[in-house]
Amino acid sequence: MGGGQYSIERENSDKNLDLTRIKPYGDTMNDGKVQLSFTLPIEHDEKAIETAKELAVKMGIKDPEVTYHTTLDKGFTYFVVYGKSIHTIDYTKIKVETVEVDVMSIEDINNYIKEKIRRKLVILGASTGSDAHTVGIDAIINMKGFAGHYGLEHYEMIEAFNLGSQVTNEEFVKRGIELNADVLLVSQTVTQKDIHVKNLTQLVDLLEAEGIRDKIILVCGGARVSNELAKELGYDAGFGPSTYAEIVASFFVKEFVRRKKLD
Amino acid sequence: MTEIGKQSESKLNLDFSVVSKARETAKKIAFETQKFIDHHSTTTIERTVCRLLGIDDVDEFDVPLPNIVVDNIKKGNHLGIGAAIYIGNAILHTNLSPQEIAEKIVKDELNLTELPLKDLSEIKATINLIAQETLVNISQNRKKRDKLLQKYGDKEGPLIYVIVATGNIYEDIIQAQAAARQGADVIAVIRSTVQSLLDYVPYGATTEGFGGTYATQENFRLMRKALDEVGEELGRYIRLTNYCSGLCMPEIAAMGAFERLDMMLNDALYGILFRDINMKRTIVDQYFSRMINAYAGVIINTGEDNYLTTADAYETAHTVLASEFINEQFALLAGLKEEQMGLGHAFEMNPDLENGFLYELAQAQMAREIFPKAPLKYMPPTKFMTGNIFKGHIQDALFNMITIMTNQRIHLLGMLTEAIHTPFMSDRALSIENARYIFNNMKSISEEIVFRKGGLMEKRVDEVLNKAYDLLKEIEKQGLFKTIEKGIFASIKRPIDGGKGLDGVFKKEKDYFNPFIEFMIKELTKGGN
Repeated sequence: MGGGQYSIERENSDKNLDLTRIKPYGDTMNDGKVQLSFTLPIEHDEKAIETAKELAVKMGIKDPEVTYHTTLDKGFTYFVVYGKSIHTIDYTKIKVETVEVDVMSIEDINNYIKEKIRRKLVILGASTGSDAHTVGIDAIINMKGFAGHYGLEHYEMIEAFNLGSQVTNEEFVKRGIELNADVLLVSQTVTQKDIHVKNLTQLVDLLEAEGIRDKIILVCGGARVSNELAKELGYDAGFGPSTYAEIVASFFVKEFVRRKKLD
Repeated sequence: MTEIGKQSESKLNLDFSVVSKARETAKKIAFETQKFIDHHSTTTIERTVCRLLGIDDVDEFDVPLPNIVVDNIKKGNHLGIGAAIYIGNAILHTNLSPQEIAEKIVKDELNLTELPLKDLSEIKATINLIAQETLVNISQNRKKRDKLLQKYGDKEGPLIYVIVATGNIYEDIIQAQAAARQGADVIAVIRSTVQSLLDYVPYGATTEGFGGTYATQENFRLMRKALDEVGEELGRYIRLTNYCSGLCMPEIAAMGAFERLDMMLNDALYGILFRDINMKRTIVDQYFSRMINAYAGVIINTGEDNYLTTADAYETAHTVLASEFINEQFALLAGLKEEQMGLGHAFEMNPDLENGFLYELAQAQMAREIFPKAPLKYMPPTKFMTGNIFKGHIQDALFNMITIMTNQRIHLLGMLTEAIHTPFMSDRALSIENARYIFNNMKSISEEIVFRKGGLMEKRVDEVLNKAYDLLKEIEKQGLFKTIEKGIFASIKRPIDGGKGLDGVFKKEKDYFNPFIEFMIKELTKGGN
C-alpha cells in the first residue's frame, strides 16, 4: 500500500452517484460492498479459506474477506464472504419487461366488465403438471385471497374456477374448452430442474394444437416467474411473488377489451 | 422421554371436562366412519397383502408384480374375497411360493381366478403360515430399533427433524449424513411431487425426481443403511421418515415395516384435501396402513399443520384441534398407541399479527396438555416465509422458542430459504445451529414459567377448545364425509365420489380374508406389544 496507509482518502474517491456506473452500496457511495455465502466441497482448513477468497476474486470481488468459515461435514466447508464488487452497471440502459397495469379496485374492475364486456368473464386456474402446490393459485382465485386481498371468486363479474393442483395440461385445456374460458391462469411453484419451463411450454403447444391459443388470455404466475420469461414462453403475461388478484384481474380485463376492440 | 407424558396441572387453566367431551364426540365420529371402513377394501390394500406375502419386483415394463397379481384377480371381478385367498389357492395347486406364482402370472402361464377354489380353511392355513413369518420379520425390525435406542439412549427433549429432497437417493444420503453430523435426529426423505397420485409404487434405487425422491423399498433400504452407519459413528439413533400417503398408503407402510422406517406421514384427511384423493379410498387405506405402522412401532405424523397453509392460522385454529381429536381416535382404532401419534400442528400465524407469538405459544401449550403422551409434530412457518432469509431466520427462531417452551417432541426445522429452494446443505446447518442454540440456552424454561391466570393466553385456548368441541358436535351430526364435502377443513371442499382412486374401492364379500388384519389387530389390542 506504500504511503497510502497514512492517507485518509478512500481509494475510491468518487462519492458521487453516477447512474451509468452503479455499484453496490454498503455505507458509502460507490464502496461496492457485497456479502455472499456459499459452500465448497473441500476440507475445512487454511487452504479452503484461500480457495474461497480466490473464488470471490474470480466473481469480481475485490479485497474479499472471509468473515466466517465452518465445517458442514467431512469434505464440505461453508463460507461467509464480504468484499467489494469491481463491476459497475449502466442503470440508464436497463430495460425490464414488467406488466404495465393500472391496478383497479374490485369495484372498478366489476364496473369495467359490466360496462365494456357486458357479461361475466370466465377464468380457469390451476397449478399444472406434477406441481402439488396450490398456494399461488389459491391466493389469486380463492374467495379469501391473500394478505387481505380477496381472490377472484369474490368478484361479482368474474366466474372463477380453481382446479387445484397436479392438473395435467391436457385436462386443463379440456376443461378450458368445456367451460368456454376467457382467461387461463397457470401457477407454478416447483422449479427444480426447470420443470416449470417445460410444463409451461407444453401448455402453449397444446393450446396451439387445439387452435385456441388466440382465443384465450394466457397468464402464468409463480415464485420464479417473470413477465419476461412468460412472454418468451408465449404467454400474455407473467406475474411473480406478491401479486394480488386485482393486479392480475386489472391486466386481463383490459387485455380482453383491447383484443376484442370493445373500447 | 421424561418431559413428555408428565401431565402436571394445566398452565392454561384448560377446562378438561370440555376436553373429555370433545374426545368422546371424536370417538363417535371415528366409530361411525369405521363401519364403512370395516366393510370395504381397496386395490392397494390387496397389493399390500401381496407384498406382505413376499411378492416384489417389476416386469419388463416396470409394472410392479403386486399390481399385476391384483389386476389378474380384478379382471374377473373376483377381488371381493381378497387377494390372499387366490394366492393361497394357487399355492395349494402349484406348490410354488407367492413370488413364483406372481412371476408365472407375468409370463401368462397362470390365471389365479381360473384355478378351482379349494377348501377355504385349508387355503387360510397355508396363507397364515406365510403371514406369520412376515410378521415375525417385522417384529424383529421393531426389536432391532428398540435395541439400538437402548444401546445409544434416546434423546430427551425435541427431536430435530430435517428434510432432504434432492431427487437422487445417493445425493440424499450425503445430505442426510451431513445433517445427522450437524445434529439432526430425524431425516425425512421428501417424495417426488407426483408420487402421491401414482397408483403403484416405483421400484429400485432412483436418481431422478421432482421436488423430492421417489419412495421405493430400495431407496428406503439404502437410506436406512446410511443412517445406521452415521448413527453408529455418532452414537445416536437417527430416525428415518417417509410418506405413507397418497394412493399407496398401506403398501408404503409395508415397505417401511420391512426396512425399519421410524416415522411415517400418515393422514387420510391430508390426501383428501391437498391431493384430491377420494375420501372413501383413502380412509379405508389409512386404517390398514396405520395398523401396519402400529405393528412396526412406527410413529405416524398427521397433517393438520397443512390446513393452516390455506386457511388462516388464527381463525381456524379450532379445526386443527378438532382434526387432532379425530385422528387420535382413528389411530386408536387401528391399534396405534398414544406414544406413536405424532399429531400435527404448526406455527403459521401472520407475523404482522399483534401478540401472534403469544397465540402460537398458547396453542402449542394447549396441544401439549390435551395430548400429553403423544409426540406432537410441530411444523415451522412456511406460509409467511418470503425469500427474506434474514427475517426468515428470526421467524424460525421464534418457532424454536415455542417448541422448547412447550415441550414439543417432533420439531420439523424451519429453513431460512423456505419459499426459495429445497434446502442447501448450508441452510440445514444454519437452521440446526439456530435450533440447538435455542434448545440449549432455554433448556429448562418450561419448568420455570407459568402463564398469567385469566390472561390473554388462557382466554385464547378456552376459545379454541370450545370452538373445536362445537365443530366436533357438528361433524358428529353430519358425519365426517359430509363435513369434508362442505369444506370445513382448510376451506377446501371435496365431493364424496370425486377425486382420485375411487375405482379401487370395493365391498368385502362374506368370505373376504386378509390374514394380516386378523393377526395384527389381535396382537395390537391384547396390550403389551
